[in-house]
Amino acid sequence: MKTVSRVLAAAAAAMIIATPMAMGAGKYRTPEQHNWSFNGPFGQYDRQAVQRGYQVYQQVCAACHGIKHLSIRHLGMPGGPFEYLEINGERTRFPNPNDNPAVVAIAEDLFPIEDIDDIGDVIERPRRPSDPFPYPYANEAQGRAANGGAYPPDLSVIVKGRHYGANYIRSLLMGYDQEVPEDVDVRPGNYYNPYMPGMLIAMPPVLMDDMVEYADGTPATIEQMANDVTYFLAWAADPHMESRKSMGFMVMGYLFILALLLYASYRKIWSRVKH
Amino acid sequence: MSGPSTYEPKTGFTRWLDSRLPIVRLGWDSFVDYPTPRNLNYWYTFGGILTVCLMIQIITGIVLAMHYVPHIDYAFASVQRIDRDVNFGWLIRSIHAVGASMFFLAVYMHIFRGMYYGSYKAPREILWILGVVIYLLMMAAAFLGYVLPWGQMSFWGAMVITNLFGALPLIGEPVTQWLWGGFSVGNETLNRFFSLHYLIPFLIAGVVGLHIWALHVPGNNNPTGISVKTKADTLPFHPYYTVKDGFAIVVFLIIFAGFVFYAPEVLGHADNYIEADPLVTPAMIVPEWYLLPFYAILRAVPDKLGGVILMFAAIGVLFILPWLDTSKVRSMRYRPMARWFFGFFVVACLGLGWAGAELPDTMVPGLGALGVDFLLFGRVLTVYYFAYFLVILPLLGFVEKPSPRPASIEESVLNGDKPAKAGAAPAAQPAE
Repeated sequence: MKTVSRVLAAAAAAMIIATPMAMGAGKYRTPEQHNWSFNGPFGQYDRQAVQRGYQVYQQVCAACHGIKHLSIRHLGMPGGPFEYLEINGERTRFPNPNDNPAVVAIAEDLFPIEDIDDIGDVIERPRRPSDPFPYPYANEAQGRAANGGAYPPDLSVIVKGRHYGANYIRSLLMGYDQEVPEDVDVRPGNYYNPYMPGMLIAMPPVLMDDMVEYADGTPATIEQMANDVTYFLAWAADPHMESRKSMGFMVMGYLFILALLLYASYRKIWSRVKH
Repeated sequence: MSGPSTYEPKTGFTRWLDSRLPIVRLGWDSFVDYPTPRNLNYWYTFGGILTVCLMIQIITGIVLAMHYVPHIDYAFASVQRIDRDVNFGWLIRSIHAVGASMFFLAVYMHIFRGMYYGSYKAPREILWILGVVIYLLMMAAAFLGYVLPWGQMSFWGAMVITNLFGALPLIGEPVTQWLWGGFSVGNETLNRFFSLHYLIPFLIAGVVGLHIWALHVPGNNNPTGISVKTKADTLPFHPYYTVKDGFAIVVFLIIFAGFVFYAPEVLGHADNYIEADPLVTPAMIVPEWYLLPFYAILRAVPDKLGGVILMFAAIGVLFILPWLDTSKVRSMRYRPMARWFFGFFVVACLGLGWAGAELPDTMVPGLGALGVDFLLFGRVLTVYYFAYFLVILPLLGFVEKPSPRPASIEESVLNGDKPAKAGAAPAAQPAE
């Protein structure tokens, strides 16, 4: 009986672990593992990196890729990159993103939004933190027409929506300068990228050294920008990760103590009878 | 529920209530005084675990339904809103999604336990059949629920499964269109799937009631498979099994919480975070892990209708299992041959799950040199799956010589679970 239980347990565990791994298989290069700050059960987002990543997204990616499931206020929510600001050299927390000067400034800098005023006229007004980010296209047809037939995907949950997540995004962004194998036929409008499933991608290599000027003075190498924008996208896809992990720690602790108490009660109660 | 009730109302109010609606008596007889075999091991805790799973799914599901929008243009965005903006929405949705997997993990343990200890045999056939009905309803609920987030795998999963009905001769097309509510998977499909997804858990709860009723009439089976003979064989359910089940439930919740808080996406598929697009087929359409064995059986048959029939037969055969197993001995603890075939059966189910997750023409790691791809692998295991029920179990009853069994549960407990001394072995009694 013991053996059967052990075999069953091992097999069930193997099945759970093997299934998602098996699904990722395909004909493309496995992305490089990167040591992200959010790896592991206690990992958190590097807020500076997420802030820089937002800058890269806004100045490079946003021309073609939307983040339609995010509102501007999300940048300043708990766990967001602009939740804490340096005000007069003091680290200040803004619990309400609508009062957060950095978030308000970001909103006002973006394209104005169409709205309807009190007498029903369509007007344009500056964006507020509660508004969505501007979307680069009016509809999918326009997006395809502007990009040679390919529709740039929305990036709100791209890190969850790709196998290998953040590692894939980072490797893809840095994977352009590879030598094209002879058996790969790169047609005009396509680019070779070994990390892309199918190895051909319609997105041109967009990152170039020093194409953004970071506010914190970090040198903008391709790798730095790829790391930073992936940090931003990882946060955008899973904005509650930090509270999830810290709550998990408490829940696990609670359950372990409860399990110990129940086990002790079990031993005590069953000690009265032969079993 | 069976046998004389030992409940005695103590206060005026409970006496008054007991003569009008004996609900306290029902609870007392079912979950406090209920005589339970004293030798149940941890494999018997999954019933309680499954009850907890069902409650968790219903409670989180009701909250999710308050925020979810069943419309093809808004469903994906409403799920994103739940994850981002609804207070603790990320937690509730994660519990619900992981909960589906945990529910199936527990139900597979529960089913395998029932098969190993012969819990389907007389007088528990109805109990077993009700369990299979619950399992079928669970699969329906899980499939319908997986469609609701309206990601790529939702849409294409719905497409593949509903198209299976198209394989039926003559009525295939009208049935498929009737399921869709149109000429393809669309808004009408999503709406009815949402409605049915909300309905089925309550059907499950109803059948669970019957399942427990059917359990409490003959009482629990136990690892020896020997029927309860005297009061010395049993213990009252409370506190002995409430505390044992309680401990097992909390251990199960630790694993559950591990997934919810530290790997919420690992049981899902990345493609379901891409909004459904009827014009883009994913590179690989795969069901959730718990349905993969049936997917492998479906693909093992080169003919579409044949595959569909075989897939449903894989579940259908469970309904007649009580009459396929001809052995007079319930527990495989005393069936030296059956336990090996059962072990292979469990391995075959896991192997079918593996085959379902891979492309059929991929070589099986380690067996590629022999030319074994996952299609052949799946076919061999499918043959074993059916052979176990239709050939092995019916024949074993005639050829297997059971090992000696203890005379009673009490004796097995006193002897530390070892079979009785040779020579003292009682003659095999019918259905034990």
